[in-house]
Amino acid sequence: MKLNTTIRLIYCVGVLAVSMNAGAADYAKARTNMVKEVRSFASLVREDGQPPLSANVMRVLGTVERHEFVPPIHRQAAYANRPLPIGYGQTISQPYIVALMTDLIQPSVGDVVLEIGTGSGYQAAVLAKLVKHVYTIEIIEGLANEATDRLARLGYTNVTTRLGDGYYGWEEHAPFDAIVVTASATHVPPPLIKQLRPGGRMVIPVGGHFMTQQLLLIEKTSDNQIITRQMGAVRFVPLTGGR
Amino acid sequence: MRLLFFSTLLVSAAAIAYEILLMRTLSIVQWHHFAYMIISLALLGYGASGTFIALSKGWLKPRFELAFSSSALLFAISMVASFVLGQRVPFNALEVVWNPRQFLYLAVVYLVFFVPFFFAACCIGLAFSFRRDYINRIYFFDLFGAGLGALLIVGALFVLLPQHALLVLTTLALLASVLTGLTSDARKPLLAAQAICLVGLLLTAPHGGLALRMSEYKALSQTLQVIGTRILTVSSSPLGLLTVVESDTIPLRHAPGLSINTDFEPPDQLGVFTDGDSMSVITRFDGNLDTMAYLGDVTAALPYRLLDKPKVLILGAGGGADVLLALTNGASNIDAVELNPQMTRLVTDTYADYAGYLYNDNRITVHTGEARGFVAKSDKQYDLIQVALLDSFSASGSGVQALNESYLYTAEAIGEYMQHLSAGGLLAITRWLKLPPRDNLKLVATVVKALRDQGVDEPSKRLAMIRSWNTATLLVKLGDFSADEIEAIRQFARSRSFDTAFYPSMPANAANRFNLLEQPYLYDGINALLGLNAHIFIDDYKFHLAPATDDKPYFFHFFRWRSLPEVMALRKRGGESLIEWSYLILIGTIVQAALAGAVLILLPLARIKRTWPAGTSTKAGSYFFLLGLAFLFIEIAFIQKFILFLSHPLYAIAVVLSGFLVFAGFGSAFSRRLTRRVELIHRSPVTVTVAGIALIALLYLALLPVVFDQLMGLADGFKMALSIIMIAPLAFFMGMPFPIGLSRVATSAPDFIPWAWGINGFASVISASLATVLAIEFGFSMVVLIALALYAAAAALIRE
Repeated sequence: MKLNTTIRLIYCVGVLAVSMNAGAADYAKARTNMVKEVRSFASLVREDGQPPLSANVMRVLGTVERHEFVPPIHRQAAYANRPLPIGYGQTISQPYIVALMTDLIQPSVGDVVLEIGTGSGYQAAVLAKLVKHVYTIEIIEGLANEATDRLARLGYTNVTTRLGDGYYGWEEHAPFDAIVVTASATHVPPPLIKQLRPGGRMVIPVGGHFMTQQLLLIEKTSDNQIITRQMGAVRFVPLTGGR
Repeated sequence: MRLLFFSTLLVSAAAIAYEILLMRTLSIVQWHHFAYMIISLALLGYGASGTFIALSKGWLKPRFELAFSSSALLFAISMVASFVLGQRVPFNALEVVWNPRQFLYLAVVYLVFFVPFFFAACCIGLAFSFRRDYINRIYFFDLFGAGLGALLIVGALFVLLPQHALLVLTTLALLASVLTGLTSDARKPLLAAQAICLVGLLLTAPHGGLALRMSEYKALSQTLQVIGTRILTVSSSPLGLLTVVESDTIPLRHAPGLSINTDFEPPDQLGVFTDGDSMSVITRFDGNLDTMAYLGDVTAALPYRLLDKPKVLILGAGGGADVLLALTNGASNIDAVELNPQMTRLVTDTYADYAGYLYNDNRITVHTGEARGFVAKSDKQYDLIQVALLDSFSASGSGVQALNESYLYTAEAIGEYMQHLSAGGLLAITRWLKLPPRDNLKLVATVVKALRDQGVDEPSKRLAMIRSWNTATLLVKLGDFSADEIEAIRQFARSRSFDTAFYPSMPANAANRFNLLEQPYLYDGINALLGLNAHIFIDDYKFHLAPATDDKPYFFHFFRWRSLPEVMALRKRGGESLIEWSYLILIGTIVQAALAGAVLILLPLARIKRTWPAGTSTKAGSYFFLLGLAFLFIEIAFIQKFILFLSHPLYAIAVVLSGFLVFAGFGSAFSRRLTRRVELIHRSPVTVTVAGIALIALLYLALLPVVFDQLMGLADGFKMALSIIMIAPLAFFMGMPFPIGLSRVATSAPDFIPWAWGINGFASVISASLATVLAIEFGFSMVVLIALALYAAAAALIRE
């Protein structure tokens, strides 16, 4: 066995042992703290008159077991308000960004939502507790398989996953009340806009891994007009002195 | 003794070649900014070996051949071991702002790559220390080998992948070990060890043990994760590792700035990644321009709505995407410039059929060369000059380029482009849109400076910008925009749901209508940059917006120290993209270089008994410290200056490093003669040499821009030779202050000599990265001026 593989194995076993010791109560406490932190940031961000993050979204954030969606090696940091690697060069988003994105699509119980870029399945799990059904597409085979198994194991029966191209959406289940696109693209796929129901909302985080630069919100009005908004994830006025 | 000379040459050649190879390799597996760390590492190796030899003299002297041969062998082994292990350290630069452990990994990377340089330096140091009678010839072979090694590796990288070039270097070191081992008493165990090393190498290499392990966060690694994606071809040169990728299940669909309400889709594309990042595409083309209709709906198509069948110059042809854009939008004649000939060959040869023999079209001429050089030597006028968007959004967004110099986007570059426009012609530059805005406003600030430098009183009449949700296209006109043209811009933007960010006399309510930003940042920013108080706006802005110039060509650097506390506090609230991590890594590198230098070079010297006269430590110590800083400051500043002239950082590093090594060596050899002559006329030799350095350096600061401008169009080989000739006199003088100081110490305080070496080495180790920070903050000219001040201070110290 190669040396670095052995070292990695020993480390993984060690971390796993520590993680297993961390019981459900510890995780629940960590989750509560995470929600508190996200909420405190949200109220700071939204001092420009916008409403704070919806109580419903925050409640769900406090119930989804994020530690189940990160590799064992990162479980101890699962409830830190930061993005974490999930393998395949992908990351699980920062909880704060997940809350913000979920809030932006204004989910309600009867909604059918499409997600492009399943990743670990965490965003789908959050959505699943807020809406009727989530359809989610992933282009990386390993991630798609892992997320499918994980969501099934955790009992998310209202999430359907698929391995494949997200560019053309999921025609047979369209239109969607909301679409979340977490896969990076140089342009917004026109078919996705077509599959958005009038009055629906689409949200796209823009930026690299570990770095969400801004959120793009696309709204389709009841008369099929498209309005796009770009918002920084954070309140940062580039000029000093409030000019 | 001949064997020793030849072995010295081999080790020197392998050491500098390894230095350059590591820069290339780390650019591929990580990012470009590690160059400064590698220079610092090599110097740390030399510094630490000096200390080691000084402290182990008694033991090493009678075992010279064994020590040299073993060091060369360990150099050979550690070259491979560090290459493999260094890439396995789980350092993730993108995670630095989240995970302080990354700085620990960075330190591990630093120490892993230090080892081979330590052993290489031991060989050279041993030869200098214990074969003093032949010191001049050893010095010659050392420097000649270094020069040769730099050229060898640049040549080798044209035909070999980095991991294969590594084998060549290992063989050189192994050969040096065998040659010196032949005369050692312990030649049998040595031969056995050498044979084991050779067998190990032969067993490891063919099984992919040396394969490059690219960061999983680079664009190529990410793309290869997608189902149905595979690598078609890989080609390598010092200009970059080109990887062509096909994705037959999920098309790449690369179309930056495509309108949200377009009806068209991009056709099939092949992705071409340079060093695993910066994707360019080769688009499937069958000659039918209708299949390219989507190219009419990108922001970069705007200039073609204002021009009729323009003659176009494209800077950065890449895989031909912008050439297709021009063709689709009615260009009558296209000159396209591409730096990397291997990139052009992909379109003309390897994938010519796929690309529809695009470059065979008689309207298109493709030129191989550097964009600035091409423009400088061209006497043609164009209706449109288009600067292509070749870097990736994620690279642009994550601050990965902050330390990359770019001479494409400087005020001088813009000025040159404008001079090659025909009357009424347009310069078009498309950049990714970042929020809060940085690139786009810095570009405007740079253009405004260029226009004002050319005597344009009202730049506002010549600018227009539109934006989609992720790109912004800036137009700069040679002349004022007419009312019809402004209407055409508005019409183009409106019909594609693009926003107008600026056009002459644009009312505030015309901004921010389709893609709604929290504030009309670009409209407000551009107006501020065009106003009387532009300098106040730039001063107050939380990102660095001051125009990029050839002296400070860091277009992608937006970091401001005073914003750091605020952005660090915001990182947990989604503000992480506000932080430029590569700048923080550079600072981290300086700190760890200082620590490593202190522990590995200076601390062991404390064992030396202090027998020298009072005051020597302070005075002589300061002298050698100042020299260490000053030498590297000038060297790094000139590497940066020559990047513009030689078109690529690797060429500049190879040529400037070997130039400085060789001619500083000649200067060093001449220093004794100079000292004798100058002391005859009762002058301080250091003052005379420092005056020489100052005179030449100041002359170069004034003349190099003009010289580069005139000679930019020459062939690469000529430019390299000329560069060495230009460096020669400066390096010659810079080679003198150190040996002059050393000979003084040798007479007044001989026991202080190891300290002199150590302190000088310590200063060198931190100065490579420090010079880069100073260049980013104050410009290269200022770095040179600071170095001259340091030299002057050193001269003042030793004159008394």
